[in-house]
Amino acid sequence: MSYPLIFERSRPGRRGLRLVQEVPEATRYIPEQFLRKDPPRLPEVDELTLVRHYTGLSRRQVGVDTTFYPLGSCTMKYNPKLHEEAVRLFADLHPYQDPKTVQGALALMWQLAEYLKALTGMDAITLEPAAGAHGELTGILIIRAYHEDRGEGKQRRLVLVPDSAHGSNPATASMAGYQVKEVPSGADGEVDLEALKRELGPHVAAIMLTNPNTLGLFERRILEISRLAKEAGVQLYYDGANLNAILGWARPGDMGFDVVHLNLHKTFTVPHGGGGPGSGPVGVKAHLAPYLPVPTVERGEEGFYLSFDRPKSIGRVRSFYGNFLALVRAWAYIRTLGLEGLKKAAALSVLNARYLKELLKEKGYRVPYEGPCMHEFVAQPPQGFRALDIAKGLLELGFHPPTVYFPLIVKEALMVEPTETESKETLEAFAEAMGELLQKPKEWLEGAPYTTPVRRLDEVRANKYPKLTYFDQV
Amino acid sequence: MDYTPHTEEEIQAMLERVGAGSLEDLYRHLPKEVLNPEISLPEPLPEWAVLEELKRLAGKNKPAFKAFLGGGVRSHHTPPVVQALASRGEFLTAYTPYQPEVSQGVLQATFEYQTMVAELAGLEVANASLYDGATALAEGVLLALRETGRMRVLVSQGVHPEYREVLRSYLEAVGVELITLPLEGGRTPSGEVPERVGAVVAQNPNFLGALEDLAPLAEAAHRVGALFVAVADPLSLGVLEPPGAYGADIAVGDGQTLGLPMGFGGPHFGYLATKKAFVRQIPGRLVSETVDAEGKRGFILTLQAREQYIRRAKAKSNITTNAQLTALMGAMYLAALGPEGLKEVALKSVAMAHRLWELLLEIPGVEPFTPEPFFNEFVLRLPQKPQAVREALAARGFHAATPVPGEYGENLALFATTELHREEDLLALRAAMREVLA
Repeated sequence: MSYPLIFERSRPGRRGLRLVQEVPEATRYIPEQFLRKDPPRLPEVDELTLVRHYTGLSRRQVGVDTTFYPLGSCTMKYNPKLHEEAVRLFADLHPYQDPKTVQGALALMWQLAEYLKALTGMDAITLEPAAGAHGELTGILIIRAYHEDRGEGKQRRLVLVPDSAHGSNPATASMAGYQVKEVPSGADGEVDLEALKRELGPHVAAIMLTNPNTLGLFERRILEISRLAKEAGVQLYYDGANLNAILGWARPGDMGFDVVHLNLHKTFTVPHGGGGPGSGPVGVKAHLAPYLPVPTVERGEEGFYLSFDRPKSIGRVRSFYGNFLALVRAWAYIRTLGLEGLKKAAALSVLNARYLKELLKEKGYRVPYEGPCMHEFVAQPPQGFRALDIAKGLLELGFHPPTVYFPLIVKEALMVEPTETESKETLEAFAEAMGELLQKPKEWLEGAPYTTPVRRLDEVRANKYPKLTYFDQV
Repeated sequence: MDYTPHTEEEIQAMLERVGAGSLEDLYRHLPKEVLNPEISLPEPLPEWAVLEELKRLAGKNKPAFKAFLGGGVRSHHTPPVVQALASRGEFLTAYTPYQPEVSQGVLQATFEYQTMVAELAGLEVANASLYDGATALAEGVLLALRETGRMRVLVSQGVHPEYREVLRSYLEAVGVELITLPLEGGRTPSGEVPERVGAVVAQNPNFLGALEDLAPLAEAAHRVGALFVAVADPLSLGVLEPPGAYGADIAVGDGQTLGLPMGFGGPHFGYLATKKAFVRQIPGRLVSETVDAEGKRGFILTLQAREQYIRRAKAKSNITTNAQLTALMGAMYLAALGPEGLKEVALKSVAMAHRLWELLLEIPGVEPFTPEPFFNEFVLRLPQKPQAVREALAARGFHAATPVPGEYGENLALFATTELHREEDLLALRAAMREVLA
């Protein structure tokens, strides 16, 4: 039986919350012409039905709280419960209340910006972007404003992106009005330096890099890359998606990056709730600080304040001041761990990945790039197995699979990121399961999963005849 | 403290297995020049002390429960049932539902969310949420420009100023011309739309709180082949004619008013609804109903060829993170209230706003600015600077008088009410205002 939709639990006249006792007459305030003729077909349920419905849905969903979730490049580490209590302390603040009445919130933002500057080696920061990709857009818009300000805006029209990059990098560059050119990776999985040299020139605005890259490898020639970029007047952009591997051990600012975005939901344990919200602060070197979005939080003699005084700013990228409650969680994480705790977390994320890589190799999986991996690595199933079937088989065995078919440059890629919050025995149990799958008959794998809330879904039908709402007539 | 499970013995055993002597050893291939920088951070604290420090910081804020502040965020009631259900770890700690077999919870909830948003907007389909109202507007306008292939946008001054600023940041990057249509008497004039405009944008109720009849503007937009984008507070759509009914092709807005905590401005969520004909131009995530291998109903992410991880530089948007959890809260709120409950909350907010308007206009020197009819927010002209009034009111325990940007006029302040306000709250604000303005 399929699980009912909330609309199917609805009965005309059934009521849940009543928040208003005496209901005013609409026409007393609003002329008839503005009033809705037909009520929206929203569900009509009582509170217990609502509770059972969503509790039932939650049981048809896995998260880090229920299941090992080694989703490469997405960094699904444990989300501390302390943080949920922390945000309740700040929930009732309005963005337009008098700044004197939000000194604690502004102080927290200011402090967090200082911590993040220290951890990234950057000079100035904005907390406004709502997500990593939103931070990317902000960063590229800053770079664009910088080149324009120097009179090179028309000439620098190209952004270089490695072929292993996250899809958001080329999409971001394109949203910012740039053309995108891919730079190939070398046989070692790192950026092909000679290819990069050939592309660099006065027509290039920026290079976008992730380090460690999406193969989980540290770009060992990064200082050379940043020197070449600097010589060519090209800005170096750091995609912070993988910063958790090196946090406290090395800083993008020291590697020569000009802009860096952070994914607070990855590196700093802000829960990602089924795909969001996130938070994507952006740090820049001093020469780019004039272009940061407004407002910024500043400290003056009379306390903290929001400053709009930034004449060369790219403007706003989001309403208000960003995902503030995500900032509270990141603040709490940093204050709980301190520098030594952050370094330990980073190192154990690497140790877990290297350990699991060894276990998987032993079970028969191949690792196409043999360099020392950081917090994640890419594996391939043996010849004759499909990554998709391995993933679906894992579901049957009670694990969330790794990221599949990414990065695009690896065939049948399984991108594994265990994170530091998983124990040795979890990694071993996962490796056992991965090994077990290679012993299963082909038909079993192709038919998996069997006992999940639904079996494999018809994706082609959804694409061809999308049914996007309950009332949609396909 | 940290959140890692490893014992010292385990670390040693694992290090041995991977051929490293120590944790430091894991980083030995990094350039020496960048390794182990000096970083200054506060000393770590035990859990209780972190909480203590957070409470100390929180104590320096004056919470804005029952605030009279508006401008896109309002102090509505956040139902505990919504908080409790959305806090379940399965929802809170999941990722984008890439594996639908174990993500039916998020997928179905999102499908239901899409349905509710489309219903509110009076349109056919809805995206599975965007970051906030302002970025949803930018994405909605970009959608309209892709559809029309044009590079000019006409936007009413009645649209939230911060939304227009965000729109400008997004559009300037791709060389789109943004023309502002000034308000006349607090409302958007519905004259001619210039040629080659691809999107016309207006907001109802507008930033000043005034109700707008946008049907003529939508018609004018369609006459020149432009699409009409409406910004609308979703709560208002429990009562007001939906954007689809007055000709909007795309409706966008911010979901905070659907029972979400104000959170000093975020996270909230952005919604975007449109016609099914534009579905291949929609940014971000979409969930579709389908069937599984046994013919059982199930839900799955669909039309992913629009998205960045497949299309890369040719994607419709770079959005990867959305605001799934807060959108889920919005959907739970709508389901908890139902059509009647939603209407009641909206109407109570409206009634209180009209009562407050009467009361505040009794104060000498206070003049009306928003034209009638208005909804649950309105603007008054004050005899003093609104920043000073807001500050003086805050000192008396009231959060009121949102300063309105100078582009609309001098000494203007916005007031808003919600279902939380009672007659005595309004009277108390009037008394405080009298004192402040005396």
